[in-house]
Amino acid sequence: MSGLAFMVRRNAPLALVLVGLGLLGVGLDRWLNAYYLQIVVLIGINIILAVSLNLINGITGQFSLGHAGFLAIGAYVSAATTRFAGLSSEAALPVALLAGGGAAAVAGLAVGIPTLRLRGDYLAIATLGFGEIIRVVILNTEAVGGARGMGGIPILAGFGSVYACAALCLVMIWRLVYSPRGTAFFAIREDEVAAAAMGIDTTRYKILAFTVGAFWAGLAGGLLAHFIGYLHTNSFTFLRSVEIVVMVVLGGLGSLTGCALAAAILTILPELLRFGAEYRMVIYSLLLIAIMLTRPSGLMGGREISWRSWSSTPAR
Amino acid sequence: MDQLAQQLVNGLAWGSIYALIALGYTMVYGVLRLINFAHGDVYMVGAMSAFYLAHALGFAAAPSLPGFVIVMALSMVVCALLGALIERAAYRPLRRQPRWAMLTTAIGVSMLLEFGGQAVFGADPKFFPQLIESAPAFRIAGAVVTNIDLLIFTVSLLLMLGLRWFVYRTRAGMALRAVSVNVDAAALMGINVDTIIAMTFMIGSALAAAAGAMVGLRNPKIEPLMGLMPGIKAFVAAVLGGIGNFPGAVAGGLLMGVSETLVAAYISSTYRDAVAFVILIAVLLVRPTGLFGSVTVEKV
Amino acid sequence: MNLVWLRRRGFRLGKAVGGIAVAAALVLLAGCQQRTDEIRIGEFGSMTGGTATFGISTHEGIMLALDEINGAGGLLGKPVRVISEDNQSKPEESVTAVLKLIKQNEVVAVVGEVASSRSLAAAPQCQSNHIPMLSPASTNPKVTEVGDYIFRACFIDPFQGSTMARFAVERLHAKRIAILTDTKNDYSVGLTQFFKTTAKQLGAEIVAEESYGEGDIEFKAQLTVIKATNPDVVYTPGYYTECALIARQARELGLDATFLGGDGWDSPKTVEIGGKAVEGTYITNHYSPEDQRPEVQKFLADYRAKYKGKTPDAMAVLGYDAMKMMADAITRAGSTEGEKIRDALAATQNFSGVSGRITMDPQRNAKKDIVVLQIRDGQFRFVESIPPDA
Repeated sequence: MSGLAFMVRRNAPLALVLVGLGLLGVGLDRWLNAYYLQIVVLIGINIILAVSLNLINGITGQFSLGHAGFLAIGAYVSAATTRFAGLSSEAALPVALLAGGGAAAVAGLAVGIPTLRLRGDYLAIATLGFGEIIRVVILNTEAVGGARGMGGIPILAGFGSVYACAALCLVMIWRLVYSPRGTAFFAIREDEVAAAAMGIDTTRYKILAFTVGAFWAGLAGGLLAHFIGYLHTNSFTFLRSVEIVVMVVLGGLGSLTGCALAAAILTILPELLRFGAEYRMVIYSLLLIAIMLTRPSGLMGGREISWRSWSSTPAR
Repeated sequence: MDQLAQQLVNGLAWGSIYALIALGYTMVYGVLRLINFAHGDVYMVGAMSAFYLAHALGFAAAPSLPGFVIVMALSMVVCALLGALIERAAYRPLRRQPRWAMLTTAIGVSMLLEFGGQAVFGADPKFFPQLIESAPAFRIAGAVVTNIDLLIFTVSLLLMLGLRWFVYRTRAGMALRAVSVNVDAAALMGINVDTIIAMTFMIGSALAAAAGAMVGLRNPKIEPLMGLMPGIKAFVAAVLGGIGNFPGAVAGGLLMGVSETLVAAYISSTYRDAVAFVILIAVLLVRPTGLFGSVTVEKV
Repeated sequence: MNLVWLRRRGFRLGKAVGGIAVAAALVLLAGCQQRTDEIRIGEFGSMTGGTATFGISTHEGIMLALDEINGAGGLLGKPVRVISEDNQSKPEESVTAVLKLIKQNEVVAVVGEVASSRSLAAAPQCQSNHIPMLSPASTNPKVTEVGDYIFRACFIDPFQGSTMARFAVERLHAKRIAILTDTKNDYSVGLTQFFKTTAKQLGAEIVAEESYGEGDIEFKAQLTVIKATNPDVVYTPGYYTECALIARQARELGLDATFLGGDGWDSPKTVEIGGKAVEGTYITNHYSPEDQRPEVQKFLADYRAKYKGKTPDAMAVLGYDAMKMMADAITRAGSTEGEKIRDALAATQNFSGVSGRITMDPQRNAKKDIVVLQIRDGQFRFVESIPPDA
């Protein structure tokens, strides 16, 4: 079979899915009550966040607790782009998103490089520290509203743009990780010293993981900003980072589709529990502890979703 | 410049608090190599239990110094038990698992205490009863030291000296030191590692509870999320001093308190919290073993 | 298609299936019945958190008004229902709360909030959805500047700040003034600006300007700096929890200057937390329970009857007035359409409120008197009343 035909066959299901989602988006806009549509959009954003964090935490094994910082940078930079340039048309969205993602990627670089030689607990705390520093710097930046928040962001993102980005993110990271070179990420996770001894440039892959992960988190931030229309640093604290970590852990560190599923579940769950709002976070934390004590490999056990029934042995 | 003396007094008061909490972090890290994220929340439980005990035992209505001391001692007991419970239920099962599993569980326990606290105590702030009426105790270099500040300095010093005596002059303390150096060797020597670890948690939690009760007295607004920032700052203090090193934790705590106060006074109060993180990053990048820590080689 | 290949690529189909399943379930759930047999008005406020008394007091005022409205037969022949949402004293939660009220509960109008920052966060959503929003007590001018659907039932901070500056310089003869601002709130930042402008014009010297954030518990660093400048008075235009704590810590440091504040100090908790430290503080506010006007006395009696002898604070009064104003506007509009309610609100003239006669000006702010109160023996006592355009 020719190379072109092979490429078309390989990607046909993906194309089908994207078209299907697009149609769904058009239909959903008209059927769904705006409140439920909001939840579905938030699921999409959380999928991007979970998958991007999984690249750093689950696949490359770099325990990062500062993801909310990248989210914040992406949100504020993209909001500043549309607000201060006075743009309000739909076409401005990709520009803003790329600006946000790009800024976050730079931040990812800034975090990834100094923390190269840190391991385990120290890395976690350092990333936590960076996330908080980012938040405090934004808090003190009057130009973006500082401690009082930033409003008046044009509402440009909706179901279509969010799911397009989610699909793109999933595909891009999937292709990055499950390519021949991509096994380097897993090798670093399993045993960094051995990987280096085998000739893998651990520095390059670790920085790549941080940068790509941060880029997508920043892009998700841009989507969030242009969907809600209001930003406040209170939404980007360590707690937000932890919420994303819970999604990744629930889905299974290292399983891209697993954490996408977990993101969906954990976005819907708080809405279902709205009546017991004060118990919502208690249940979250109990869930996290329970997963750690019983099945630390998460729902998918580190494997991707497939037609095979879920096995309990962790993959790789 | 009498202002500086007052700022130092303010800073040292908080520094003592951070030092007490940092000791708990450093002790647990020493024996388990675990950053106990939940430690800051044990401090909060200390403040909360002191609040409820003060009301339940009638001291809130009849303020007195002995009353406060009793309330503080009882909250230390409560938190010691809490610490032992957390260790037994959440950390012991994971001792053989990869490090991130225990770290994630610690985060989970921390969140559970915070939001469970909100559900149980209510999310609104509470106001600690004035068990001791604040009054100036003495003036030094133009700075006012209140009786509560004096109490904090005294109690912290006594607790630290007590800890030092325990760790260096008792058999249990020696066992603790042994476990910190090498768990397996200690076990082979006949030390009951489980008991020692549980004891470590209990002592660390008791110190945090004392800190919580004293903060309640000094800064009366207490609420379930009050442990988040002080917990992180105390952890940074422990890292600054050299994690696993007791005098380091104390020095780190005092340094944190003073630098934070000076930044709030002379730069901007909104950067107060950022000081901790900047110090943290700086330490981790420049001298990860901290001021007093020793370098260990990673064996393959 | 090759089955093995399909199995390996199953994830994409799995995702599509999952997505469709989720969407389908939600579509089924989305069958929300439209109820047109009642008029729904939304309320959002801080029922919990550091400024909980604001939300609770406003809510109590609104509920008292609701009882009277429904007791008189409702509005446009239908019963009125108030749906309340708590924003936990957080601005980002205000957005969520208001979105829920508008999209899920389909309210025709919104009453809220007290804190200007939190009103500012929610206002754009009300404006873009054409739902009239009436803030009972947000005093920062920016709130109504968001759009023509946003109104307020109270005066604005240029008036409040300049009044206190005038009072400080002319009545208290203060020459050296220190200011301690809450930089997390538009209210505090705004009031500080307006106060400073007038104070400087009147010849006073601002000897220190320090800041803190809502939620802080430690203020001695800033207070030590302030004390060293020896001020006559300290202007602290923040919210009651922090202000009371600030006063306490100031006295511990030996800083004895009188405190001045705005309506954010008005809460039953201020004296509870501050104790002796807040004695002597002067604040600007919307009403005084010592006002002998019949509307005020009747309101006091009704409120105490409903809420077990509690004395209402300014937020309760304004909540009551806002609800009554909204009802009055809906009645005059003769419809529940956003546009008509908006026009009716804008046309409010000489409305007889407990907090005074309210007329809406072209900027959708209320022209009203301001009162100065002082804390004496643990109570807020009336000092003087100043009309607008004084």
